[in-house]
This record gives sequence, structure tokens and C-alpha cells, in this order.
Amino acid sequence: MAEAILTLSSLHKQYGGLEVLKGISFNVMPREVIAIIGASGSGKSTLLRCVNLLEIPSSGTLSFDGVLIDFSKPERLWRRGLSLRRLRTRIGMVFQSYNLWPHKTVLENVTEAPIRVKGMARAEAVDIARQLLARIGLLEKCDTYPSRLSGGQQQRVAIVRALAMSPKLMLFDEVTSALDPELIGEVLDLMATLAAEGMTMLVVTHEIAFARDVSTRTIFVDGGRIAEEGPSREMLTSPANERTRQFLRRVLHQPVSASARP
Amino acid sequence: MSDFINPVERAAAWWHSIEEYLPGMLESCAIVVELTAAVIILSWICGLVAALGKTSTHPVLRWPCEFYIWFIRGTPTLIQIFIVYFGIPQLGLRLSPFTAGVVALGVSSGAYVAEIVRGGLSAIPKGQTESAIAIGMSARQCLQYIVLPQVVRIILPPITNEAVTTLKNTSLLSTITIVELTLKSEMIISYTFRPFDFYIIAAILYLAMTTSLMSTATWIEGRLARRY
Ligand SMILES: Nc1ncnc2c1ncn2[C@@H]1O[C@H](COP(=O)(O)OP(=O)(O)OP(=O)(O)O)[C@@H](O)[C@H]1O
Ligand SMILES: [Mg+2]
Repeated sequence: MAEAILTLSSLHKQYGGLEVLKGISFNVMPREVIAIIGASGSGKSTLLRCVNLLEIPSSGTLSFDGVLIDFSKPERLWRRGLSLRRLRTRIGMVFQSYNLWPHKTVLENVTEAPIRVKGMARAEAVDIARQLLARIGLLEKCDTYPSRLSGGQQQRVAIVRALAMSPKLMLFDEVTSALDPELIGEVLDLMATLAAEGMTMLVVTHEIAFARDVSTRTIFVDGGRIAEEGPSREMLTSPANERTRQFLRRVLHQPVSASARP
Repeated sequence: MSDFINPVERAAAWWHSIEEYLPGMLESCAIVVELTAAVIILSWICGLVAALGKTSTHPVLRWPCEFYIWFIRGTPTLIQIFIVYFGIPQLGLRLSPFTAGVVALGVSSGAYVAEIVRGGLSAIPKGQTESAIAIGMSARQCLQYIVLPQVVRIILPPITNEAVTTLKNTSLLSTITIVELTLKSEMIISYTFRPFDFYIIAAILYLAMTTSLMSTATWIEGRLARRY
């Protein structure tokens, strides 16, 4: 059996007295696409942010691509600032609000990190960026500034910006939630294409149809814990857990049948 | 009879009487420009450091910066100049008037620059820095490539204002024997006894300098604004 690319084990995150993650453990295999669903405030964003260390977990361990980090020994962590950065360069993250850099053109947004962080030659970075932008049909926009693009276009550029670093894992945090309904499709299509090409992905989403059709596995987070996980199609059509069922009923505005699973 | 001298001749006579002092006044303008340039550079360094310190979550970094800004903004600039020029030598460190003047005005203006920069920093959405850190940039790279270029555009108008204030404040340095434009004018007046003429000329020269500073800033602003 293949090695897991990402392993979280009993990951906890506290803000002051507030415990947001209460022991999260799971493995991600290469090429897996995992949908993370759950109510607002259940800790989904915090979980993603802990994976690429935008937030430092309070305790637990994380192992990514052969590097193990133990968060119960924080003093060692700080000395490894550099390796935390190296880990981040291999994990791409896409945010709900795109967060493109407004003072840089579309092309510069995509080439900035490869040049500054990886030390790639400009010509090579531009080459890669142009190929990626051509793929999403935005090559002719490469010299425009993000403010001139539609939300869907901006979000696809944000995805491509992350891809330019050739990440081994992509994190998506409700990337379609800020989009007008008619623009959601183009972003989900791009994500589905990536999934089909074998990109390993963690996708926080409220798009249940996307989770069901594209992801291989779904994790339902409830109150900072994993309440249920399983193959997406089964779990999202007939959840075993009552809380999952309630949640799905709320987001789908329709009844969800009780589990028929063994 | 002198009453019948025509206006053109009068003007010529007036010009003749001030002409010999103009080169000296222009030289002192050069000193004003030098002082201003040095003070602006120092104030930007102080201001950036203090702004970053004050926005830091670390009390050891934040406290001294907060004290610095509070102290400077709450005391007269002239007193700050006197502390540096007359006060510090008492502790054993002798500074030339020029150095003391640049240090005093630079540190002083730095506190105001810090508040301006802090305003600019807070106008950058958190998501901007987050996406930079998430993609693997260091804090310094994020500041240098993502945050500061945007901050510069935002703070350009208030920072220009502060630079103009700095230029005008160099006249305070006449009190510590720097022969800049104000002291130069006073010296000329002390032997010509013509305060009206020479203070007006000084004012015009100050106006020329502040106006070119402001139009340079407007030009830069226009260039930055057209881009995004
Ligand atoms: N920096 C922080 N400081 C304090 N509390 C925080 C912080 N970030 C998140 N929280 C709290 O942690 C909890 C989980 O937040 P999180 O953003 O992870 O939820 P979420 O599942 O992503 O919700 P949503 O669907 O609304 O995005 C919330 O109660 C939130 O208030
Ligand atoms: Mg969230």
C-alpha cells in the first residue's frame, strides 16, 4: 500500500480558552480528493490553516511528505522556521476571497512565488505561468490587473498561482462561496479537472454535489471533531451519523435518507 | 531729484541692492535641501521600524515604539532639537550641528511617519499577507514584495505632507547655528536692516522648494495611480 502524503494525528488547536479543534486524525493518500464539510464555526478553516501552518496547532503531530512535526514541543518548532516555509511551498492554498495581489498583473501574481521563493529564473517562471494561464483560457489577460477580472476569473488565477509552485497537496477553503452563482461552475470545473489529473486535494466546501461527484472521501467535522468520514458517494447519499444527516438536510433543503450502510 | 526717478530705475536700484546677497541665500537653500533629504531618509527608517514595532504583537517590540511615538508627538520639536544638540553633549557625546540637526529632526519626523505608515499597513487586507505566507514567502519577502509596494501608494499624500513639514522645520535648526536659509536671512538683515525684503525673499525661496517637492510627489502619485 502507498505511503500517506499527509497524516494528522490528534491535532488540537486552541485560541486562548476556546478549543476549536479537539483531536483531528486522518490520512491523505496521494491522488485522494477529500471533501471537508460541516456547519459554520465547526473548525473547517482552522483545520486547513493548521495543515499549512498558517495556524500552529496546540498539540498533536502532522506529517507531510516524509517530514514529521510534533506540536507538543513548540520550542523546537521555532528553530525550524525555515522548514515550515519549505513545507508551505509544497502545499498550495486557495482562499474564499481569492487574495490575489492587486498591485501585480495576472502574470506577476503567478510568477512571483516561483521567482522569489523557489529562486526560479524569470524566463522559466514566465513560461510556466503562461502555460498554466493558457490552460484556464486567461492567457490574454496576463497583463491585466486582478481588479479587472470577474470573481470566477480571479479565483481561477488564484488556483493557478498555487499550481505554479508545483504543490504536492492543494487546500481549498470554500473557494466558491464568494462567487456569483453563474461563476461557480467555471471554478468547480477547474477543480474537477485537477482532481482527474491526480492532484491530491483537501476541499472545504458547501457544494455537496461537487463533494459527491468529485471527491473520493468526505469528512464531516462537527464541533472540532470528525463526526463521520467515508467514501463520498455513500456518505453523502446515506449518512450513518444523525448529525451528518441533519447537516445535509439543512444545506440541501431536502430530506436525506437514513443510512442503509452496513 | 530722487522723487522723479521712474519705476524701472527704482526696481533696478532695488535689484542692485539685493543682488550681491542672492548667491549666499541660494547656497543656504542647498543646505536646506541637504538637510531635508537626510532628515527624510532617517525619518522613513525610524517611521517604518516604529510602525512595524507598534503593530507587532510582541510587547518587548511594541512598548518602546509606543513610547517613542507618544514622546515625540507630545513635545515641541524645538525642545527635541535642544535635547539632542545641547543635552546630549552633556552626556559626553559631541555632535556637529549638522549631525545633531539631522538626528533631531529625523527622529522627530519619524514618529509622525510611523503613524502614517501604520495607517497604510492597516489598509492592506489580511488576506494579502496570508496568501503570501501560505505560498512560502518569508515575513520579509511578504513585506517587501506584497505589503510595502501597496502601502507606498496609499501613504504617498500624507507622507508628502510630512516631507513638506520637514523642509519647513529645517528653519528651526537656525537656533543651533546651522546657516540654512532662515539664519542666513537673519544674518543679512542684521547688516542691511531690511527685514521686509529679505524675509520675503526667504519665503519665496522656501515656496519654490516646497512647491517642487509637492509637484514631484504629484507626478509620482499619477504614475502609480495609473497602474492598478
Ligand atoms: N484567530 C482566531 N481567534 C479566536 N477564535 C478563532 C480564530 N479563528 C477562528 N476562531 C474560532 O474558531 C471557530 C472555528 O472557526 P473556523 O473558521 O475554523 O470555522 P469554519 O468551520 O471554517 O466556519 P465557516 O463555515 O463559517 O467558515 C469559530 O468559533 C471561530 O470563532
Ligand atoms: Mg471557514
